[in-house]
Amino acid sequence: MNALLLARIQFAFTVGFHFLFPAMTLGTTLIILISETIYLIKKDETYRKITDFLVRLLGLIFVIGAATGIVMEFSFGTNWSGYSRAVGDIFGPILAAEGVIAFFLESVFLGVLIFARSKVSPKVYWLSALLVFIGGHLSAFWIVVANSWMQTPAGYTINEAGKIVLGDFNAAVFNPSTMARFAHTVIASWITSAIMVAGIAGYHVRKGLHGESARTLLKIGIILFAFTPLLQLGAGHVHAIEVINMQPEKAAALEGHFNTTRGAPIYALGFVDEQNRKTYGIYIPKGLSFLYNFDWNSEIRGLNDFPEENWPPVNFVFQVYHIMVGIGMLLIALGLLGAYLLWRGKLYENKFYLFVLLFLIPLPHIAHETGWIAAEVGRQPWIIYKLMKTAGASSVVVTGGEIMFSLVMFFLIYLLLAVMFVKLFIKIVQKGPEA
Amino acid sequence: MENIQTYQELWFVLILVLFIGYSLLDGFDLGIGALLPFLGKSKEEKDILINSIGPVWDGNEVWLITGGGALFAAFPHAYATAFSGFYPAMMMVLFALIFRAVSIEFRVHDEKKAQIWEKAFFAGSALAALLFGVALGNVVYGVPLDDKMEFTGNFFTLLRPVPLLFGVTGFAAVLLQGASYAVMKTEGKLHERSFAALKILTWVNFLTAIVYFLTIAFSFPDVIANWLFYLAVLFTLMWLSAIFFSIAHKNDSAPFWESSFAFIGLWIAVAAVHFPNLIRASNDRIFDLTIYNSSTGLQTLKVMSVIALIGMPVVIAYTIFIYRIFKGKAKSSDHY
Ligand code: HDD
Ligand code: HEM
Ligand code: HEM
Repeated sequence: MNALLLARIQFAFTVGFHFLFPAMTLGTTLIILISETIYLIKKDETYRKITDFLVRLLGLIFVIGAATGIVMEFSFGTNWSGYSRAVGDIFGPILAAEGVIAFFLESVFLGVLIFARSKVSPKVYWLSALLVFIGGHLSAFWIVVANSWMQTPAGYTINEAGKIVLGDFNAAVFNPSTMARFAHTVIASWITSAIMVAGIAGYHVRKGLHGESARTLLKIGIILFAFTPLLQLGAGHVHAIEVINMQPEKAAALEGHFNTTRGAPIYALGFVDEQNRKTYGIYIPKGLSFLYNFDWNSEIRGLNDFPEENWPPVNFVFQVYHIMVGIGMLLIALGLLGAYLLWRGKLYENKFYLFVLLFLIPLPHIAHETGWIAAEVGRQPWIIYKLMKTAGASSVVVTGGEIMFSLVMFFLIYLLLAVMFVKLFIKIVQKGPEA
Repeated sequence: MENIQTYQELWFVLILVLFIGYSLLDGFDLGIGALLPFLGKSKEEKDILINSIGPVWDGNEVWLITGGGALFAAFPHAYATAFSGFYPAMMMVLFALIFRAVSIEFRVHDEKKAQIWEKAFFAGSALAALLFGVALGNVVYGVPLDDKMEFTGNFFTLLRPVPLLFGVTGFAAVLLQGASYAVMKTEGKLHERSFAALKILTWVNFLTAIVYFLTIAFSFPDVIANWLFYLAVLFTLMWLSAIFFSIAHKNDSAPFWESSFAFIGLWIAVAAVHFPNLIRASNDRIFDLTIYNSSTGLQTLKVMSVIALIGMPVVIAYTIFIYRIFKGKAKSSDHY
């Protein structure tokens, strides 16, 4: 195996692992903020107990996010030095901004949440919850900016020496895909945590544990679960239109769409035969054209319009993309069902629904990961869309053997982290909030 | 200030500031980690030591992340050359930092295996603290580079005596940070033990600092004419001496400041000989990576300056606010 391929595998593995944790962090800080705000207003102890419980979970989640995040930050130097030299002018400041503007805020005030309930006033505690929430979302913002710039680069110029330099920082930050991607990623994280706390609290309620605290947490979780997947449908829709406009060959690959046509169909499930350039499966006629601009006959460009060497692996991205969308649709239905049960006052007794809820916890993670894989593999062969190919981006001096070694080490260490995380997570959950 | 050179020099200073900030702040929590088995004899004492850094260690580590990010943004070639060139060593730093971070948290929830996590915390802290100095020693002392700015040595190039000496000096300074912080945050038996460790470590630091200064003077003869270097030497030795004075007067909080100032002196000395280099080429000085040939463009440096000069004062302000909340002696029951 060559060094480039190993570097790609290592990056995909380490970032995919890292991302599991921030995905839980963001939504958890939201729920903590909600609960702490209600506590501040109503002075109802139940909400304090909920916050304390969630802060314990957050501490565990955060520490693994932070430990694996440093690996990512350094990876651009260790494994992608060609990339770093080429676009340090734009990519560097974005990562540095993330540190200054986001990471400090989040980690410094998290210290207050975890350690200082009894040392500060309720208002300062609430303010810390707010700042942790803001810090977390800002860090997601900046990393999404970095990624979006690779997808739809903007705000740069190429100087006499042929080097990419910064032109307009604002344009680079708010490049054409930043806001769509940010909204979609953040909502995805809210879904992840909504289902996580609903699943946990549902388990407690089903077992008759932790009384009012568990019921209240379940209620908060279900309410969020009811509307966040719907929001996501909207955000995903906007995002999809952005991809069709900005990266038409990627969009065509996601949809398995070969011939440029009016009235293009959309597949719910299927299989792409790349050799014969055909897609089979269940589809809605003219669906894609309709979703694009609500005109059943609008024109959508197909893969045949683009040289084959610039195609990503089509069937692969088609499949992972459809897993994400499928999960999204399923979650919309189940979230609405939960809201209905809550409204009719049947939620706490419906053991079957609460049981299912617990097993939904991994689903948003799967949607998350497959969504990213679709977006990233769909960008291939480019590391920066239409500007730089992945092939020239890796570190020249790092050998395949060295990467093989680090990859195996990461695999083993992350395996240990995963096992410990699950074990301790379950332990904290079983202790639960005070009743 | 349209001149790019001014910005390049500004960024040399700002990155130095970030690295100093990192070494002082994460310095004391790495130091606590590396001293844990020697200072903490019982479970309760270990709890106190770990709780004393619990609320702040992660914020301290962000200085490293931001320092790395700033290096990337201002001098991407130096970032790329060092991080890819020292690949196996960098991976070891990462593994050490991972273990150190998670073991603090795992130890709390996994009582049965708490002792294993304490060992991981100790080993991770000590290894990271040692390796940072070795890495710095290499870029200062020089490594073989080619005309494409790439490192041409191997892992053993990194282990030459002078860089190793830098590693030992930095490690000693980190231990001193840890011991002086422990003196500030503990009471009773633990406090006395911390004082005793502080005394020994101050002697050790005298020794390592003097060897370090002499080595710099012999390796870089130009430094003889550099007043900043002499100032730094004086500064460090003066503040180290002050620690003895504070120990004699049983002063709890002064040693931490004195140790920090002594550490700053070590940094200034190295900056004085190193400027304007970022990575010295040991084979041929033509290949030196300097702030002038490795930086990003003017526009990037300007944007970064705005972010840093507005952002960092805010960060420092709320960091001080937080340290004030956690002021005073640490308890064994501080964790939720
Ligand atoms: C809980 C997670 C989750 C769920 C339920 C969905 N997504 Fe998603 N999706 C993501 C999590 C995600 C993500 C992981 O956050 C991605 C990866 C890259 C990105 O920007 O967001 C993503 C990417 C992504 C992309 C590709 C962006 C690109 O290539 O740059 C599109 C077109 C959609 N999504 C559309 C949808 C639609 C129509 C959904 C139907 C409800 C949907 N997503 C549900
Ligand atoms: C957490 C979510 C993310 C996941 C799961 C993810 C996944 C992946 C995957 C699977 C690849 C390999 C693609 C291939 O080689 O075919 C990849 C490549 C890459 N991604 Fe991401 N990515 C994520 C976020 C990001 C972000 C935020 C950035 C930038 C800041 C980024 C930058 C890169 C780079 C530099 C590569 C290496 C070059 C390449 O192989 O394309 N990724 N990512
Ligand atoms: C290549 C991509 C990435 C890099 C370089 C990166 C870098 C980092 C670093 C250095 C940390 C540690 C901060 C600390 O110690 O406080 C971290 C944590 C975090 N990262 Fe990433 N990250 C990447 C991908 C992502 C993605 C895709 C997201 C979300 C959209 C994300 C969101 C976060 C958040 C919210 C944290 C806070 C810690 C936590 O919640 O666990 N990161 N990341």
